[in-house]
Amino acid sequence: MKERSVTHATFVIERSYPTPPERVFSAFSDPRKKRRWFSAEKASSPEPFEMDFRVGGREHSSFRAQGVTCTNDTVYRDIVPNRRIVVAYTMTLGDRRISSSHATMEFLPSESGTELIFTEQGAFFEGADGPQIREEGWRKLLDHLAKELALLQ
Amino acid sequence: MAMMNQGRLTQRVHIDRVFHALGDPTRRAMIEKLSEGPVSVSRLAQPLDVTLAAVVQHLKILERSGLVRSEKVGRVRTCRIESEGFSVAERWIADRRLLWEARFDRLGKFLAEPD
Repeated sequence: MKERSVTHATFVIERSYPTPPERVFSAFSDPRKKRRWFSAEKASSPEPFEMDFRVGGREHSSFRAQGVTCTNDTVYRDIVPNRRIVVAYTMTLGDRRISSSHATMEFLPSESGTELIFTEQGAFFEGADGPQIREEGWRKLLDHLAKELALLQ
Repeated sequence: MAMMNQGRLTQRVHIDRVFHALGDPTRRAMIEKLSEGPVSVSRLAQPLDVTLAAVVQHLKILERSGLVRSEKVGRVRTCRIESEGFSVAERWIADRRLLWEARFDRLGKFLAEPD
């Protein structure tokens, strides 16, 4: 079989936050708040972050990972206040577009706060797995797991 | 189409195995050690506070997840990191997933701050 240049994949991430949906939602809808967590950069960094939170509005942000600029270009497709955000976004590594995805964020009220369900359905293009980003990803995973572990102790 | 679905299911199982394999501190310590270069099973076990038998069990799980490969030459079994075993799709999912997992970690910390 010939190697395809586009691959499709879906994944889901579920998180619980001890915070009401209104407050979790505002961390997505308020640019000043979103900037604090969305990008790994410090808020004081000069990396661009622009967002226009309304259906049809756009968001543009980028970050540096091991010397390569990774850019997100997002369009808001659906917004239900405190309940749901749907976006379409492309990701660019250097000057190469690596993927185009559809992402849905659902904010479900729970007894302890909010269940966040993130579903990404993506089409990703040849060379999408930039080795630098991959390495960065694994390093982050290990860091993240180490922190989780430290919290448990 | 049936074949494609089968492929996706396989990928999913693989990803689940990878995350399961990484969900244990001893196995993470083994991966970290192996990321410096190939070592024998006994050298791999040395700095860890577990028995050699336990390390062999962990090694099996890591090998099944495709993260680690080992081969026996003479009487010594040598282990190494094996990330080439991932399909493009798996790599992509793992990468993108980590990006969002890290974001949602930061979101959790941000939400924990007082207003």
